[in-house]
Amino acid sequence: MKKLLAILLVLCMVIPAAALGEEVVKIGVYEPATGDSGAGGKQEMLGMQYANELFPTVKMGDTEYKVELVYADNGSSSDKAPSAAQKLVSENVSVVLGSYGSSVSNAGKPYFGEAGIPAIGVTCTNPSVTAGNTHYFRICFLDPFQGTVLANYATEKLGATIAYCLGELGNDYDTGLIYNFKQAFEKNGGMVVDEYFQTGNTDFTSYLTNASMYGAQVIFAPCSLAYAALICSAAGAQGVTTPILGSDTWDSNVVVDAAAGQNITIYVSTFYQEGGSPEFDAGFKAWINSDSVHLANNNGNDMISAVSAMGYDAYMVALEALKAAGSKDPKAVNAALWDVKYDGVTGAIAFDETGDAIRDVAFIKHLDTANSAWELAAVQGKD
Amino acid sequence: MKTVLPYLLSGISVGGQYALIAIGYTMVYGILRLINFAHGDVFMVSGILMVYLTATGLPLYVVIPIVLLATVFIGFAIERIAYKPLRTAPRMSIMISAIGVSYFLQNLVLYITGGLSKVYPAIPFISQSVTLTLFGVTLPTTKVATLITPPLTILLVIGLVLLINHTKIGMAMRAVSKDFETSQLMGIKINRVISATFVIGSFLAAIGSMLYFTNYPSVVATSGSMPGLKAFVAAVFGGIGSIPGAVIGAFIIGICENIIKGLDLILFKAGITHKMLGLTTFSDAFTFVLLIVILIIKPTGLFGEKTTDKV
Repeated sequence: MKKLLAILLVLCMVIPAAALGEEVVKIGVYEPATGDSGAGGKQEMLGMQYANELFPTVKMGDTEYKVELVYADNGSSSDKAPSAAQKLVSENVSVVLGSYGSSVSNAGKPYFGEAGIPAIGVTCTNPSVTAGNTHYFRICFLDPFQGTVLANYATEKLGATIAYCLGELGNDYDTGLIYNFKQAFEKNGGMVVDEYFQTGNTDFTSYLTNASMYGAQVIFAPCSLAYAALICSAAGAQGVTTPILGSDTWDSNVVVDAAAGQNITIYVSTFYQEGGSPEFDAGFKAWINSDSVHLANNNGNDMISAVSAMGYDAYMVALEALKAAGSKDPKAVNAALWDVKYDGVTGAIAFDETGDAIRDVAFIKHLDTANSAWELAAVQGKD
Repeated sequence: MKTVLPYLLSGISVGGQYALIAIGYTMVYGILRLINFAHGDVFMVSGILMVYLTATGLPLYVVIPIVLLATVFIGFAIERIAYKPLRTAPRMSIMISAIGVSYFLQNLVLYITGGLSKVYPAIPFISQSVTLTLFGVTLPTTKVATLITPPLTILLVIGLVLLINHTKIGMAMRAVSKDFETSQLMGIKINRVISATFVIGSFLAAIGSMLYFTNYPSVVATSGSMPGLKAFVAAVFGGIGSIPGAVIGAFIIGICENIIKGLDLILFKAGITHKMLGLTTFSDAFTFVLLIVILIIKPTGLFGEKTTDKV
């Protein structure tokens, strides 16, 4: 009886694979679906899912492979990330996309490295992610670049000389960006006060009071979306009119909703401005509106976040790499990635010798709180 | 003084919200000798209920009473389902059961919300911004919720103290907290008293959640844990089991926490220090250090009852 049961179980596992008769290549999606960055991670995943729906197969050599996305939720925290990374490794994915957030990318990095699986960072901007390894790539700009761009914008366009920086304690992304912003801002002759809050903090009133007491002319808060929304509403309630600078994480309709109708000034630096690729915009919006789950994951409306466009491009880069490798062997994909060149919706993507995308412009957007819409303020290079 | 004022104001407001949660901890402890770890999560669930009920399109004057009633019911149900069957079990078992309920609520909400933070609906009037001038001093601009929290808290506490000292159920509560078994022998319906405790605690937590989330309008599955922990600290600080103790403890914790956030600046403006020390980072650490110090000096807390070991 036991033997019969065992045979039946084995058959159950074998038959579907045999019955499908289709070759499958797996792409791991290593993104936060829960936690402080959950909202951003979901929007990034939407871009990948949309791309997967448009291009569900990839031709490698002479065979047409079906692309399967394997999801692992890294929970926005570096202690949950390793098990998510191990899940992807045990699923034998050929390449990993992700993550949103640098801390979790760093936490997953060694596991992908040991298994020889290449990873394509989508919007993790901290330099440490790709430094000193040959398997982590990234398609976005880096913090030294982003920090400098924002600092220059603050000095040149906003005329600020005193800046107040606020970040989450122990978060690689926040602390890294603040460090880079500080370097550039002080080089421009400004003064920076930086303070850090504990994970899980919800009360930002005293921090904003600090900012105004220091006489800050600009507040720079490169933190997770959950905190960004709280900072917006606290600033609105306290009547803080000092311009608030956000980083790429802030470019989301979560912030738009939190700031709606309030008398606050918000600027963010980001990867993509809606309208950059009308074809992508129209297709993506139609796709979001076609499904209530997609709509919910995009925070209830069809505004396009830059991270969704980046997610789309990351998937396309992975497909290019698979095509070039001609095999689903992770090591071959890794080798092929170095030479991948792709014209994405967020611009041309090619990798340099550390595995970073060569990008030299960031979009600075200003939030129109009365109409709840982003407007392009500047396209800023490093100088 | 002008430098300290904004921090003091937000400290008093946060303190009031902690106080409303802390009362739930301290009352349950006083009667059952149980630390109800799920209390912070009841507070969070109350916030989530508000988010989802408002989303249905019901008007607020219907939603608010429903939220209050539902939270009270949840508190009552938790006691009946998770604690009552364990009444004769060792105290540690109930404690573990409380931790279980806490994780259950967090994960349930995590599942329902999909892990995303939900924006708390704006309650008219209390979510408006105002700038008040009191005795010639202009208070910093803040939400109405910040200003009404302290008086509302004090009013509720006075009501509660009156209830405990001057009603039959209050007398029963005092009797049960003095001696569980004897009061049972004297004919007090112990289950009713315990349920009433949970009902009052949950009701105050629901009011606390409305004030708290109006000020910090984002609710996630773990939103209850930090305020819950701080309120628990406040209850222990004030002497767990004592209601005035919990309230005073909560105000002290709230004020200290916010003063520390601005301490660098206050010292700098007062000319005591000449550069930034980065003290802001330690605001939470300080709260817990304060607890340790108080417990070393006065192990039963500020207003704690002296326990004598009976042989």
